[in-house]
Amino acid sequence: MSTIPVRLRVNGVDHELEAEPRLLLVHALRDELGLTGTHVGCDTSNCGACTVHLDGKPVKSCTVLAVQAEDVEITTIEGMAGSNGELHPIQEAFWNDHGLQCGYCTPGMIMAAAGLLAENPNPTEDEVRHGLEGNLCRCTGYHNIVKAVLDAAKIKGPTVGVES
Amino acid sequence: MSEDIGEGGVASEISEIAAEQGEAHGAPSQSNHVGQALRRKEDPRLITGRGRYVDDITLPGTLWAALVRSPEAHAKIVSIDASAANDGPGVHAVFTGEDLTDLAGPLPMAWVPPGVEVNNPPHWPLARGTVNHVGDPVAVVLGEDRYAVVDAAEKVVVEYDPLPAVTDPEKALEGAPFVHEELGTNKVHEWSLPGGDIEAGFAEADVIVERRVVNHRTAGAPIEPRGVLADYRAGELTLWTATQVPHFVRLFLSILLGISEEKVRVIAPEVGGGFGSKLQVYGEEVLACWCSRKLERPVKWIETRTENMATAHQGRDQIATVRMGAKRDGKITAWHVKILADFGAYNMLLTPLIPSLGAFVMGGCYAIPNVQTDIIGVFTNKCPTDAIRGAGRPEATHMVEVTLDQLAAELELSPIEIRRRNFIATDAFPAAVATGVVYDSGDYEKTLDRLLEHVDLDAFRSQQEALRSEGVYRGIGFSTYTEICGLAPSRITGPDGVGVQAGGWESAMVRVHNTGAVTAYTGTSGHGQGHETAFAQIVADRVGVDPEIVEVIHGDTGTGPEGRNTYGSRSLAVGGEALARCANRIADKAKAVVAHNLEAAPEDIELADGKFSVRGSPDKGMTLAEVAGAAYLNMVPEGMDPGLEETTFHDPDNFVFPFGAHACVVDVDPETGKARVVRYVAVDDCGNAINPLIIDGQVHGGIVHAIGQALYERVAYDEDGQLVTGTFVDYALPTAAELPSFETDRTVTPSPVNSLGAKGVGEAGTIAASPAVTNAVIDALRPLGVNYINMPLTPMRVWEEIQSANRGVPA
Repeated sequence: MSTIPVRLRVNGVDHELEAEPRLLLVHALRDELGLTGTHVGCDTSNCGACTVHLDGKPVKSCTVLAVQAEDVEITTIEGMAGSNGELHPIQEAFWNDHGLQCGYCTPGMIMAAAGLLAENPNPTEDEVRHGLEGNLCRCTGYHNIVKAVLDAAKIKGPTVGVES
Repeated sequence: MSEDIGEGGVASEISEIAAEQGEAHGAPSQSNHVGQALRRKEDPRLITGRGRYVDDITLPGTLWAALVRSPEAHAKIVSIDASAANDGPGVHAVFTGEDLTDLAGPLPMAWVPPGVEVNNPPHWPLARGTVNHVGDPVAVVLGEDRYAVVDAAEKVVVEYDPLPAVTDPEKALEGAPFVHEELGTNKVHEWSLPGGDIEAGFAEADVIVERRVVNHRTAGAPIEPRGVLADYRAGELTLWTATQVPHFVRLFLSILLGISEEKVRVIAPEVGGGFGSKLQVYGEEVLACWCSRKLERPVKWIETRTENMATAHQGRDQIATVRMGAKRDGKITAWHVKILADFGAYNMLLTPLIPSLGAFVMGGCYAIPNVQTDIIGVFTNKCPTDAIRGAGRPEATHMVEVTLDQLAAELELSPIEIRRRNFIATDAFPAAVATGVVYDSGDYEKTLDRLLEHVDLDAFRSQQEALRSEGVYRGIGFSTYTEICGLAPSRITGPDGVGVQAGGWESAMVRVHNTGAVTAYTGTSGHGQGHETAFAQIVADRVGVDPEIVEVIHGDTGTGPEGRNTYGSRSLAVGGEALARCANRIADKAKAVVAHNLEAAPEDIELADGKFSVRGSPDKGMTLAEVAGAAYLNMVPEGMDPGLEETTFHDPDNFVFPFGAHACVVDVDPETGKARVVRYVAVDDCGNAINPLIIDGQVHGGIVHAIGQALYERVAYDEDGQLVTGTFVDYALPTAAELPSFETDRTVTPSPVNSLGAKGVGEAGTIAASPAVTNAVIDALRPLGVNYINMPLTPMRVWEEIQSANRGVPA
């Protein structure tokens, strides 16, 4: 199948690649750009492991073609920690609260949580639970994930979302 | 030894130099890390997207594999035409079952129970002649592009001649059609575990309760599907695979492919959950290696979720007819369970063994003198079953805990009272039970008492009644469970015992480096359980360092000793104990080295505050870094080898038996049948805690796995054998929105089986929770005339039960 040039801006860095028009954004990130922190867990956009931000909003990158993401700022899990390695408050909270076990859903879960807190900086437990229902975790029973998101909200309050 | 060796000696100097370079390690910040809720060492890489799962690994020249799978549940393969696929862009080869004739044998089944015949038809990585379930692989396409091989796979034309399919295990047992025609039966085997005199027990009973208990089929559904990267080059094979059991995989790759074992390395990199579904030697693992050798290229196959739902082994699928006999006072006299287990189309690694694991704890935590389990396994045209989190024990616990509540209702006793009347007494441990095993330790009253400190049952009952007047049907259910784990003792599980063709021991190797940093190898293979942290805590305390400088390596057959992997909540009780013993040997050698260098007697050296010191002279001593420096300079006692490294193999004398008491509160909407968990309280006892943070996490996840089974999840096939739940759209994993936060507590009854006093906890929640949920739903529904119901408690089923109870919804 023929390829076309695609320009992607990911975590503040510009990339140019040749890709088939059908290439999914998640595969462009993983297989073309080597950003393997974004995972794939299903074929039906149910699990949320592939969640990234497009212009600060959480999007399942398996539902987006790479060519559709040309004119937006893409943020992946690799772009969440500060340039000095300082963890994002949500990452820190996941670590403190044991909000992960196998870690496979974690990047998507963190990105979804960041989107949630950007929109609702002081959510209730119920709002967190419903805000994360598009992301599946099989290890944690969600208890510590929910706790981590609530704790992250407490740490940083209204500024906890992704700056973009 | 000269005077100047000691605190100011050469070893110390080297350590000081290293310390100045920031490489040597001093005393730890505290001496007792075991029991602390340390944040996990593995997390920084995982929360920053720097973990490395199989699909994250790329080798130059890799070919992608896509499998052509059967859309038929049962059919003869008439022909396979791969010509169009072969012409696809970048396609290198298409192989079918006919090409794999050089395998030394079919895929393994490792259970040979003495005196029991098990029908075990051959199961090949690619089907030969017939396909026996939807998803059975027929051909593999290899090519250069991830997407193009999928396109090409769709161009492989397979002509099938459909055969009649059977999906209902009860019909399968009755006769034709047969999944494997040549067997002339669908029966796999029969196996019994009698204990006591079951008929005499029923003769004594005043009341007998009989039920049909269904543990329906579920999926493991780790969020990372399976995946492999095989690289055969210059006579050596390396396989990266998303597995729980790299050591088993290596052994069978060696046997099936005829490659000498030392030339096969299997690596389980970061593994995104397993839940038993990665306790397997899968055809795709063998196939990818075979293709890599054939094509002299690395071969990668990453499973799609749709493939995972159809072909990764599934769990449960048992129909049991159970009878419980008791005296009028509630004392159980007999407990007889007859299980029909649906194994799907083939026996996988441990398929027929799984129901038997439950049989050993069929009596639960009760003093029942007569307990018998009779198991029949059958083939159906469905995905094979094997171990899924709990593996036989959730089913058994569900049977005993749900039936016990039915008995309590019959006798008009409370669920609490009937449990207390039957508990094995606290002073009876170690307790030999009717099923032939010895429960190591237990205090069932204590966990139940603790649970009831959290749950005020009287207050609940009055609240329950008040809510009913508002149309809310609230129920509470209990489960007091014990389970058998720490799968080891080879004398019981091995060839002369239950018949598993593998030892149940575990290995450990501890290497102290020149600078006092420590690498600890375990033969277990974690995939989310936190081994790197918990095992570092165990080793750190025993050698006097901080867990930060103990690197735990697992899941790589090319680094540490031969291992026996991770399943059956065995890693801590067996593998952790092996590491503890190994670290103790390091400490013993360290003491001898210190004694030698400080001119003291070895028995006068003690480890305290991160230093091996002379008793009574705490300022006279050496840190592990100083000991290592001396050991690698061969400043050791006469006759002792230099270096500081030990290897241990450990095979415990017994299993461990964790236990606990769980309570679940549900609300049922009688108009829709929807049940929702509104409160869940778990008191677990897994012996001494190594890391409470990790224990709680395991309990949470385990509970949700069982809530999923009880309320939401079900693998469904239609009558023709078509899989109805082939994606996460149809297979309902619980989400955060359906669940409450959990209340967890612990009691501590140490195990005498290992020096840690620890038991496993990875499966406990899953084993405990489904009966608590089910009993809660029944408790909620009793006023509506529903006194018994089987899982899955989906809205449809609950609503139908309410309707058929002919009471309708009160106005």
